Amino acid sequence: MQALEYAMKKTMYEKIWDSHLVVDEAGQAPLLYVDRHLMHEVTSPQAFEGLRMAGRKVRNPHSILATMDHCVPTKNRDQPIADLIARKQIETMAENCLENGLNLYDMKNPNNGVIHVVVPEHGFVHPGMVVVCGDSHTATHGAFGALAFGIGTSEVEHVMATQTLPQKRSKTMQVVVNGVLSKYASAKDIALAITGKIGTAGGTGYVIEYTGSAIRSLSMEGRMTLCNMAIEAGARAGLVAPDEKTYVYLKGREFAPSDPYWDQALAYWKSLTTDEGAEFDATVTLEAADIAPQVSWGTSPEQVIGVDGYVPAPESFSDEIKRQACENALAYMGLTPNTKITDIAIDLVFIGSCTNGRIEDFRIAAEVAKGTQVAKGVTAIAVPGSYHVKHQAEDEGLDKIFLEAGWEWRDPGCSMCLAMNGDELTKGQRSASTSNRNFEGRQGKGGRTHLVSPAMAAAAASAGHFVDIRKL
Amino acid sequence: MEPYKKHESIAALMNRSNVDTDQIIPKQFLKKVERSGFGAHLFHDWRFNDDGSDNQDFELNKPEFKSAKILVAGDNFGCGSSREHAPWAIADYGFNTIISTSYADIFYNNCFKNGILAIRVDKVQLDKLMAEIAANEGVRFVVDLENQQITTPGGNDFNFEIDPFRKSNLLSGLDDIGLTLKHVDKISHYEQQHKQNFPWLWA
Repeated sequence: MQALEYAMKKTMYEKIWDSHLVVDEAGQAPLLYVDRHLMHEVTSPQAFEGLRMAGRKVRNPHSILATMDHCVPTKNRDQPIADLIARKQIETMAENCLENGLNLYDMKNPNNGVIHVVVPEHGFVHPGMVVVCGDSHTATHGAFGALAFGIGTSEVEHVMATQTLPQKRSKTMQVVVNGVLSKYASAKDIALAITGKIGTAGGTGYVIEYTGSAIRSLSMEGRMTLCNMAIEAGARAGLVAPDEKTYVYLKGREFAPSDPYWDQALAYWKSLTTDEGAEFDATVTLEAADIAPQVSWGTSPEQVIGVDGYVPAPESFSDEIKRQACENALAYMGLTPNTKITDIAIDLVFIGSCTNGRIEDFRIAAEVAKGTQVAKGVTAIAVPGSYHVKHQAEDEGLDKIFLEAGWEWRDPGCSMCLAMNGDELTKGQRSASTSNRNFEGRQGKGGRTHLVSPAMAAAAASAGHFVDIRKL
Repeated sequence: MEPYKKHESIAALMNRSNVDTDQIIPKQFLKKVERSGFGAHLFHDWRFNDDGSDNQDFELNKPEFKSAKILVAGDNFGCGSSREHAPWAIADYGFNTIISTSYADIFYNNCFKNGILAIRVDKVQLDKLMAEIAANEGVRFVVDLENQQITTPGGNDFNFEIDPFRKSNLLSGLDDIGLTLKHVDKISHYEQQHKQNFPWLWA
C-alpha cells in the first residue's frame, strides 16, 4: 500500500504528460495531444506544402497562433521588404494562414512581434497545456507551467494534420535556485549560470523544473527568460510551477479562461504542481547569491563566466574536448586567455529577442542607460519584442531615455538574435547581446557575440566595454 | 521517404563536439519556402572561403570524403536551433547516416523524419571509429539497420541501440502522419473528453 502511494506521487511534467496521452501502446511511440501550436514564417512553409500535397487539412485551426518575426525588418516597415527571398517567405506565410483560416499577427498587425513574446501577451498558453512550435525557444512558455517544446517542420505538419505528436517520455531534472539574487543579477544570469554549470548537453533527454525561493521571486517575465534558455542547456523543456503571479498575469487576457470557467480552470491549474515527495531523475542546485552578472566569452552558451572573472585559458580545462573547444572559441572570438572580462571592448549592443525583449527588460536597461551616452564608435539598438511592448515602453517614456542616450529604438522582431532580417554584425565586430546564442556567425558571419542581461548590455553601451554593474 | 536497410559507404570524419545547427545550415539560407536544395549550403561558413572557393582546411572538402554517406562526428551533434533545414541539408548533400555519442533532442527527431539514421555509440566506440578513419581516410563502413550493426575493415564491429518505432519507420520508409491517422478515432475520443474536462479551451 505504501509502495502504491509512493508510486502515485508525480512531478508536474508527469502530470501533464499523463493527461495528454492519446495512445500508449506497446511497440509504438506514445502519442501526445497538443493544445497549442505556435507558428512563424521560417519553419512552417514546407509543412503547409506537405499538407497540401497529401490532401490533408488543419485539424484544429483554433489551436494555432501565428506571427511573422524572424525575417521582418525592424525599421522602415512601411516599405516592402528589400530581400526578395524573405519577402516571398512572408507572403507565403500570409497565404498559408489565409487558406487554412489561421489567426495571424502579420507585420502590420498591432499585435505583431516575436512569437514567444506575443503568445503570453494574449494569454494563449495556460498551465498544464502541451504547446509546440517550430522553434527551439518554445521552452519559454514553461514559465506558465505548460509543457512547451520546439519541433521540426515535419512535426509542424504532423501536428497540423493530427493535433498529436509521437513523443518519447523525458527524464525529469530539478534545478533548485535558492536565496536572493544580488543587485542587477537577473533571470538571464541564472539561465547562463545553469548552462555554464551543466553544459549545453547537460539537460539532454530531460525536462527541467526550476524550483526554489529565487525562482518563486522571479516575475513572469523573468520566468519566461529562464525557461526560454532551458534549450541552451539541452533540455527538452523548462517548467516553473504556476502560482499567484501566474494567475494574476493570465486573468483578463484575450485567450485566458473567463467566467463561468475561471474558477474551474484555476482549480485545475492548482492541481498541477509537483507532489510533495515526488522524485526527479536528477537534481542540480545553485545559490542565487553566488550568481554574478554573467558574460559569455566563447561560441557556446556554456562558455560563460561572471563579469568579475577572466577569459579562461584552454589549459585550465582538464577535459580534452572542452580544452579544444576553448581554443577554437578564443581564436574565433579574438580573445586572449586571462583577459579581464571588463577589459573586453564592444562595437554593438543589442537588447531584444524572445529571451530579453519584454517590458521588464527595457525598464531595467533604461534605468541603467538613463542620463548616459552611448560610447564613441558603439552602436546600440533596442528592439522591443512586440508592438505591445514597444507602446508600453513609450507610454512609460523609456523610448526617450534610449533615444537621448544615443540608442536606436526599433520596431519589433527577432532582429539580431539570429540576424536573418538584415540587422547583423560585420566580420570581427563584437556585440553585447541579450539574445540566447553565441554560436559562430549567429549574428553575422565572423561576428563575435557576448551574451549578457539587459542591464549589463546597457552598461556596456555607455562604457564601450563590459562593466560590473554591481559597482555602478 | 526512401526505406533505409543496409549501406556501405565512405565514412567522413568531423572531429568536433557541440556542432550546432547554425553551422550545419547558416541562417541566410532559411528564407526558402521549399524543402530541397539545401545541400549546396551545408556547413556553408566553414566550407567556403569569403570569395566562395572551397576552404581546403575544412574536413568535408577532403577528396577522400567526397562521396561519403556516413558522417562520424563528436558529442552533442545538432545542438541549438530547431531548424529542420539542418537534416534537409545533410540529406541533400548525400549523408544518410550519422554516428556520434549524442545528439540534441530536436535534431535527433528531425533526422528520422528525413530518412537519416542517427546512431548513438559510446565514447570508446566513437574514438575507435574516428581513429580508424583518421588512419585510413576514405575507409568504407557498413551500417546494417536490420541487425543494428556497424562493421568496419579495421574490425570495429559494434551493435547499436535504436528505438523499435524509429527503426521500423526507417526500414519501411513509412510516413509518420499516415501511421498516426490510423488512430484518428482515439484522437477524436480524446478531444471529446478534453472538451468536457477543459471547456474553457473550446469556448
